[in-house]
Amino acid sequence: MTNHNLLVLFAHPSIDRSDVNAQLLQASRAAPGVTVVDLYGEYPTYQIDIDREQRRLLDHDVIIFMFPLYWYSTPSILKEWQDLVLEYGFAYGSQGSALHGKIFLCAISAGGSEQAYRREGYNHYTIRQLLQPLEQMAALCGMRYLPPFALFGSRTAAENGLLEAHVAKWQRTLQALREGRLDVRRAQALPRLDEHLDKLVGAAP
Amino acid sequence: MTGYLITAFIYLCAAVIAVPVAKRLGLGSVLGYLCAGVIIGPVLGLVGQEAARLQHLGEFGVVMMLFLVGLELEPRMLWQMRHRLLGLGGLQVGGTALAVAAIGLLLGLAWQVALCVGLIFSLSSTAIVLQTFSEKGLSRTPGGRTAFSVLLFQDIAVIPMLALLPLLALPELGASAPSAAGHGGEGHEALNLVAHLQGWQHAAVVLASVTVVVLAGHYLGRPLFRIVADTGLRELFTATSLALVIGVAALMSLVGLSPALGTFLAGVVLANSEFRHELESNIEPFKGLLLGLFFITVGAGIQFGVLAEHRWLIIGLTAGIMLLKGAVLWGLAALFGVRGTDGWLLTLSLAQAGEFGFVLLSYSAQNQVLPADLAQLLSLVVALSMFLTPVLFIVFDRLVVPRYQRRGGEREADTIDEHGPVIIAGIGRFGQIVNRMLTANDIRTVVLDREIGQVDNMRKIRIKSFYGDATRPALLHTAGIDDATLFVVAIDEAEQAVELVRYLKHAHPHLRVLARARDRLHLYHLRDAGADYIVAETYHSALNMGSAVLRELGVHPFKAEQLRAAFEQIEQNSIDQLYGAWQQRGEGERVGTNYLQLFFELDGIIRQAMLRDRDDRHPRSARGWTPPPRNYEEVIELPDID
Repeated sequence: MTNHNLLVLFAHPSIDRSDVNAQLLQASRAAPGVTVVDLYGEYPTYQIDIDREQRRLLDHDVIIFMFPLYWYSTPSILKEWQDLVLEYGFAYGSQGSALHGKIFLCAISAGGSEQAYRREGYNHYTIRQLLQPLEQMAALCGMRYLPPFALFGSRTAAENGLLEAHVAKWQRTLQALREGRLDVRRAQALPRLDEHLDKLVGAAP
Repeated sequence: MTGYLITAFIYLCAAVIAVPVAKRLGLGSVLGYLCAGVIIGPVLGLVGQEAARLQHLGEFGVVMMLFLVGLELEPRMLWQMRHRLLGLGGLQVGGTALAVAAIGLLLGLAWQVALCVGLIFSLSSTAIVLQTFSEKGLSRTPGGRTAFSVLLFQDIAVIPMLALLPLLALPELGASAPSAAGHGGEGHEALNLVAHLQGWQHAAVVLASVTVVVLAGHYLGRPLFRIVADTGLRELFTATSLALVIGVAALMSLVGLSPALGTFLAGVVLANSEFRHELESNIEPFKGLLLGLFFITVGAGIQFGVLAEHRWLIIGLTAGIMLLKGAVLWGLAALFGVRGTDGWLLTLSLAQAGEFGFVLLSYSAQNQVLPADLAQLLSLVVALSMFLTPVLFIVFDRLVVPRYQRRGGEREADTIDEHGPVIIAGIGRFGQIVNRMLTANDIRTVVLDREIGQVDNMRKIRIKSFYGDATRPALLHTAGIDDATLFVVAIDEAEQAVELVRYLKHAHPHLRVLARARDRLHLYHLRDAGADYIVAETYHSALNMGSAVLRELGVHPFKAEQLRAAFEQIEQNSIDQLYGAWQQRGEGERVGTNYLQLFFELDGIIRQAMLRDRDDRHPRSARGWTPPPRNYEEVIELPDID
């Protein structure tokens, strides 16, 4: 069984002010078999190189959007990336099968608490519900969508001592994805990926 | 004449052989000079008589060194370091001097002698320590910076010491002075304007001279240097610099003040002027040679007879002095919160006596403060402690550093390394904008320009810049190239810019060099020379103008921006190919036919890219945000995900 190649598309417009994402970025860079692309770093003027990005997609089996949640969605460059790179005939349409069968997931951080992302909370929707456009993007491109890997209360996570455990969990997730030991079918039914990681990661198939 | 030439040759040869060997062994140049002196003096007996006379010439190197110290002392920098400088430096000098003096008293010395010895041994070796720091990359560590502020205080403290020491003169030594004081002393006295004046007149003359130095330096020095700079003759500038230093030193001697004090003041007065780096680079070689000469003569003057006779006394005194100095420094490090490796670095690096010790010892002997035989003995102690300094640095490297690395390996992340300055050569229309953007973001820049008029204009609009030719290595050195992080080449002369880039990449391979090209061919030459980043000066503004024209013609602004970006992208993609073709040009050809062919092809490519429809019937430049074709939903079948 060959290992999977992972692609992390990282979008954070002010990485120097980030606590959580900077650490996740560092952990991802250190993990074997993971290609990390700092989108704001590579395209500071938003001139995204479509060919290069499409090649990257072809070269990897697992596509990960990593970003802080901005207005219940991605930072703008990730939207720009979708608009430009996921072309008709490449990502979707009768000839567009380049992404079929790849795994897609979002690794996000949110400032609000977990309680806020509930029907009765002030954000009214769960995080998985809010990210439905991305879920449908994956569906249209024929990718297998995993629920988000999320950290809530990100502004205080570091001082509350939650960050270290979260980063360790992320490293474990990356490794399981790399080695194909994550139970994708089971995970797809869950609201979040990070909650029941123990049950999802098994021995090598 | 022949005799002089032979002597000069012996001295120079000794230095040329001994200094590189010492540096290779990690001992530093000062020890190299000392060893050279020992070899040509007591060991081989090649020189002898003239060594003492030459030592006075060498002492002038110290005067020049203080001029350079003054030049380095911008008031602002001084203010930033004031706590460590006055507190730590003051306590170090005061504490050590008093401790040594107290021991001297216990050993039965007269209080004047004890105090004089204490002051002399409170100093450390700026030359050895700073040299070693920069060789080992310790200058920017907290310990290194603390040590620097102590050294700076010591260098400044030498000046009042030179004024104070004659007051400690022992009357009983006066009688035997002419024989004990050596050769140079009386020579100065003979030319003293103030000897016959009364006390108040003397004071007035002294005050007037200092005022003259400060005012003349401030109001006459700069116009004078400007005139000299305008002639464009380098040697004239050197002559003027030397005349300034020697003139000030002479004036001070005439009124009975320390020449070192005068040149130091002159240096401080000129520290903020645009000629600072040019002055430094002109005086620096003279200072280096004269100080080297001074150390050689010290080495040559070492009397092995004395050393052999008082072997154990000298070794004991050296060990005692170094332990005492180390203890004082260790206590101060704890008091000022300099901990761990930094505290050890401070303690070990400054435990020796310094080169000013030699100067003060011979000065004290001349002024009948110290008996000549004691001075002779103590200069051996100073020399020995300097010889031992490299050993202490080895102790630091081998024993101290590993211990702390094992204990606290995780401290690395929170110490942010301070960046060295960005050097900008050329402050015309281009360099100005670069500089303004950097300084607006609190990035330290050093700006150099060889047009004195341009430097003047910049200073009028408060851009701090320095006069000097950036293509001269000596000037680059004094401008701080050794710890610069980046170098921006924005000088107007195209060929010199290429030469400068080539030199920089050759002499400082780790320095990133960013260059401004005048046109396409200049860009290739710069790239050939090894520049890391090149921008053609008119390219981006012309592109902006192009997209402005498109907008004026009614093209939607966002579309115009996309067309501009597409144009730039295609050009960017072809840069390597064009450069390759240019490199293949024949002898004497400016560009080569192959290149021209490619260049016209490129134009064609851009044209096609802008106009041609792709298979999806969208122009290349509009790729992106491509809508799916009409009725595309008829052919969509959602793929089977599992």
